[in-house]
Amino acid sequence: MTPELMEAGARVREAMAHKAHGGAGQSGGRAASYGRVVQDGVLDTTHGAILYLDDITVSFDGFKALNALSLSISAGELRCIIGPNGAGKTTMMDVITGKTRPDVGKAFFGSTIDLLRLRENEIASIGIGRKFQKPTVFEQLTVFENLELALKADRGVRSSMFFRLDGEQLDRIGAMLALIHLKDSAQRVAGLLSHGQKQWLEIGMLLMQDPKLLLLDEPVAGMTDEETERTAELFLSLEGNHSLVVVEHDMKFIGELTQNGRNGKKVTVLHEGSVLAEGLLSDVQANDKVVEVYLGR
Amino acid sequence: MSAVLPSPSRPVGPGTSLLSLKAWSGIFIALVAVVILAPVLNLAVPQGSALHLSDYAISLIGKIMCYAICALAMDLIWGYTGILSLGHGVFFALGGYAMGMYLMRQIGRDGNYQSDLPDFMVFLDWKTLPWHWAFSDSFFATLLLIVLVPGLLAFVFGFFAFRSRIKGVYFSIITQAMTYAAMLLFFRNETGFGGNNGFTDFKRILGHPIATPSMRMTLFVLTGLALIGFFLLARWLVGSKFGRVLQAIRDAESRVMFTGYDPLRYKLSIWVISAVMCGIAGALYVPQVGIINPGEMSPAASIEIAIWAAVGGRGTLVGPILGAFFVNGAKSWFTQVFPEFWLYFLGALFIAVTLFLPQGIVGLARKLGGKDKSEVKA
Repeated sequence: MTPELMEAGARVREAMAHKAHGGAGQSGGRAASYGRVVQDGVLDTTHGAILYLDDITVSFDGFKALNALSLSISAGELRCIIGPNGAGKTTMMDVITGKTRPDVGKAFFGSTIDLLRLRENEIASIGIGRKFQKPTVFEQLTVFENLELALKADRGVRSSMFFRLDGEQLDRIGAMLALIHLKDSAQRVAGLLSHGQKQWLEIGMLLMQDPKLLLLDEPVAGMTDEETERTAELFLSLEGNHSLVVVEHDMKFIGELTQNGRNGKKVTVLHEGSVLAEGLLSDVQANDKVVEVYLGR
Repeated sequence: MSAVLPSPSRPVGPGTSLLSLKAWSGIFIALVAVVILAPVLNLAVPQGSALHLSDYAISLIGKIMCYAICALAMDLIWGYTGILSLGHGVFFALGGYAMGMYLMRQIGRDGNYQSDLPDFMVFLDWKTLPWHWAFSDSFFATLLLIVLVPGLLAFVFGFFAFRSRIKGVYFSIITQAMTYAAMLLFFRNETGFGGNNGFTDFKRILGHPIATPSMRMTLFVLTGLALIGFFLLARWLVGSKFGRVLQAIRDAESRVMFTGYDPLRYKLSIWVISAVMCGIAGALYVPQVGIINPGEMSPAASIEIAIWAAVGGRGTLVGPILGAFFVNGAKSWFTQVFPEFWLYFLGALFIAVTLFLPQGIVGLARKLGGKDKSEVKA
């Protein structure tokens, strides 16, 4: 933290103490430009954005996987991201979740949490859940145990040693098993599930963490049409309480999520590491640049 | 969140009891065998009787029980966490050396040179004890060192290795390098650990003569109790959520991280626990075999620990204990009957287990018993 920022913080605290005593602050009692004290690790979405990427560039041996990418996701928003192979969708998720450090750029969670300073597990703990492109579950553990590990609880070593599920937590796991349609497979080893079931289990594990922002990398790959439809319903039901970023190739699924543009959801098109177009699905699909990239015309 | 979820109905969680009734009776039988049966058959039954358990058998089983503790420790780190250590011998040897230093001091003036210093120091013409021998005359300090020295080395080594995210075969190789480096260090006379001869000719422990039948039996019983105790500890660890996180790290470490767990802490914890177990095993081993030398730190010694675990069955706890008994039992038989074929047999055994018995002895027993546990976990 720079000295100026610390000074600013001290001024704010002073002003707030002043306010609490009924006196007017420097701004005459109105909220100043810095009206809140920054609290460590607490998500601040009062400015509307839950995720804010600015000018992010990632290069691998000279190849720019992300090229000055800027993107902002509002709290409670469901945003679909599409783009051809190699557009940088997965790299973007890697940057947000701390797996890859960008060469330049800023990544903020809410207005105050700098994601580039945190490690993967810390980012997960403050409320960003990620589903991988390839379903990643704990194959040797049962479905139940997979959910138990994902359950929101103290992540420390000692508390894990003495951890006991209480009734409420059992209910939560039970409800999740029902939601992801794996109730009958609760005691099955996760490695034996079908591809679609593993996808559901991974989504269930994400939800057990109760994240504020979910990053979903191709969540319906390998699912049947019916499963895909149910997934779309699930995601739409999560919207509002959670923010979701869905990366998908399946345009039918994107169509379902955005109701073909009728519910006003935005779609972002990535191309060569930066945003090519953003807007309603129908507008994006009509965009000349997008058509050119996708169809090579 | 809960508003989204359908009506709850309570699922059945993992078992809360440490062991099944059958397993508890197994523990009970093991306890009786170690604490009552072995002492009676060895000390009370006369030597000519068919039921007499020879001193040779007692010292062999006592030694193998120390190995079994190492195999158990290896199972925690390799079988459950998926980290293959090829350097666990160094922790075993460090525990052994800590005990050996105490036993050397217990010799007192009864050595060949009738000096207060251990014989090898007199031989090197040293006049005073080196600094690291300062606490070696205290049994209590020795007990602390047995735990702290392997624990501290494991902590420092593990911290840097895991923080740098060294994994798989690379980790195995540097553990191998670690034990090799330690061996070279201990081989040198200047380091003050008796060079290539190590420590031997022990006379007493806590003032009691070390080579008596009753002392042999005491050490045997202690080792047996330690093995049973460590088994229960390991069982508790792998049955807890901690143990499930370890298995999760083995299966999908990135998912563990993105679920909010810090794999470094988990890996480091089990790594240190495993190293301390080996150190204690080494400390029990030295008074029973009467010698410790840098050979225990040779890369081959560490690889053998991994072989015991693999032969018995990784990720089963019981398996590695059985593996230690099976391989070492076979070793002592072979080296008596066909000494020149032992290494061929060991090699063939390892290849056979890798090819045909990926689950080891325990996996074979399960297959024969018709209980294939891979389908549904009990």
